[in-house]
Amino acid sequence: MKLLSNRVVRVSTGLLGLVVLVAFLGPLVSPHDYLQTDFGNILQPPGFSGAHLFGTDDLGRDLFVRTMLGVQVTILVALVASAVSLVIGVLYGAIAGLAGGRVDAVMMRFVDTLYALPFIFFVILLMVAFERNFLLIFIAIGAVNWLDMARIVRGQTLSLREREFVQAAQLTGVSFAKIISRHIAPNLIGVVVVYLTLTIPQAILVESFLSFLGLGIQEPQTSLGALVDAGVNQMEGASWMLLIPASLLALILLCFNFLGDALRDVFDARQSK
Amino acid sequence: MLRYALLRLLGAIPTLLLVIVLAFLMVHAAPGGPFDAERVLPPEIEANIAKAYHLDEPLPQQFFSYLSGLLHGDMGPSYRYRDHTVGDLISSAFPLSLLLGAMAMLLAVVIGVSAGTLAALRKDSLLDRMLMALAMTGISIPVFVIAPLLVLLLAVQLQWLPAGWSGTAGAGKYVLPVISLALPQIAYIARLTRASMIDVLGSDFIRTARAQGLGTGAIVRLHALKPSMLPVLSYMGPAIAAILTGSVVVEEIFGIPGLGQHFVRGALNRDYTLVLGIVVFYATLVVLLNLVVDLLYGVIDPRIRRR
Repeated sequence: MKLLSNRVVRVSTGLLGLVVLVAFLGPLVSPHDYLQTDFGNILQPPGFSGAHLFGTDDLGRDLFVRTMLGVQVTILVALVASAVSLVIGVLYGAIAGLAGGRVDAVMMRFVDTLYALPFIFFVILLMVAFERNFLLIFIAIGAVNWLDMARIVRGQTLSLREREFVQAAQLTGVSFAKIISRHIAPNLIGVVVVYLTLTIPQAILVESFLSFLGLGIQEPQTSLGALVDAGVNQMEGASWMLLIPASLLALILLCFNFLGDALRDVFDARQSK
Repeated sequence: MLRYALLRLLGAIPTLLLVIVLAFLMVHAAPGGPFDAERVLPPEIEANIAKAYHLDEPLPQQFFSYLSGLLHGDMGPSYRYRDHTVGDLISSAFPLSLLLGAMAMLLAVVIGVSAGTLAALRKDSLLDRMLMALAMTGISIPVFVIAPLLVLLLAVQLQWLPAGWSGTAGAGKYVLPVISLALPQIAYIARLTRASMIDVLGSDFIRTARAQGLGTGAIVRLHALKPSMLPVLSYMGPAIAAILTGSVVVEEIFGIPGLGQHFVRGALNRDYTLVLGIVVFYATLVVLLNLVVDLLYGVIDPRIRRR
């Protein structure tokens, strides 16, 4: 793999892998669970000597397990939301690109229109209108993030449309749906994977933004955004409650962004050759 | 130019209608009514409340009366703050948010453009790499992480600046909120400026200017700055939306009584009309500001107008 010779790619992938591994294995080895309160040990500072590696929160809950649970939730929400935006974006972009002409113009004009709106406010509106549950958060975030994907995929499809194998399929009367699934989609994988690495951090951002405001993941479940929110309320006496989840969130987002940037550079170089 | 402006203005109307329809439908698709959470009321009283807020009418009728209210500047009563209309709440809270947002935008453009230009002039130097690594960090780290960290460092630990809003006098209380709002935008604008400045500096007319003996400072000021501002200008639309989004968080963290705080409180209280009103207001604002950006684009780049 030529990609792995890129230092940025190697370091970001390694760090992300490490974080995910610890997040999913850590709680299994820890003697504490995320719900168990211990009022004799509230706001214990972090350290290797005590029973709590990351300290405890204002209810005496172990922060290592809660933070790792937060990372799990954040990553899971981001993956599922990205999958939703992937499906919507690829379908929308491929249909617009393949149809071309007036249909394409109208469809892309709609995307431009949505693009200009402060979308997060619509997500919040959805959260107000419906009960807050995991599923809705996934769908809402996915519904926000498909625009970039649709644009990229449409551009790619426009150029694929001119290739002989697609035109041959059209001439021999292969159905629209089949052309998309058999001929267009497989050729989009490269560009889609690259943009997925940039969609995931966006999804993480939206989820933690909502959770930070108290509109996302609800107690006693938690996510990195919710933990940062709790940390803000305790920061004068217990700065670790803010610093640990904040730096983990920053680390995860930085790794994804660096990774996406590097992948895009590699991909663009290959495209222009 | 006038024709271009009018066409753009007409183009904004369907967008606004789409926004209002979407927002209205989302709120009204919600299961249950806005007054369900309170104690159980006799059915007659419930019917009266529904009637007072026109909730007993069919949906299209409700929509058209909402729309005609909007055209008259009336966004209806707030469901939770019973003594206020949504219009009152917005007009009393918005000026403060506008002030903070405008200051953040100004700061972002001035510092972002300067840093980007500097990095472009010293391309591939250590300074360039450091600035761009900083910019990447600024883009990656969300406002709700940066703001508390700044508070922890500058207000709680070093005690240089006030952490809260109410009860603090002087201009010091503006510093942290404005910086928190501006930082991610500084990072974006610096990256955009660097890329387009490098592009422009490599073009023929710059080489000619250099051959005529013009110094680097004069070249940047007189020739390179204006054309390399186009990508930055087209980023202004998303930047405005991002600052609006950021203001929600920043107002919550610093306890600033602006529109963002009303929005979050409204969302947590399920104050449907308030949240709907603010979404419509924000969206209108963003659409109008995007229109202004489009027009400015036409002013800077005459090629756009003729299309």
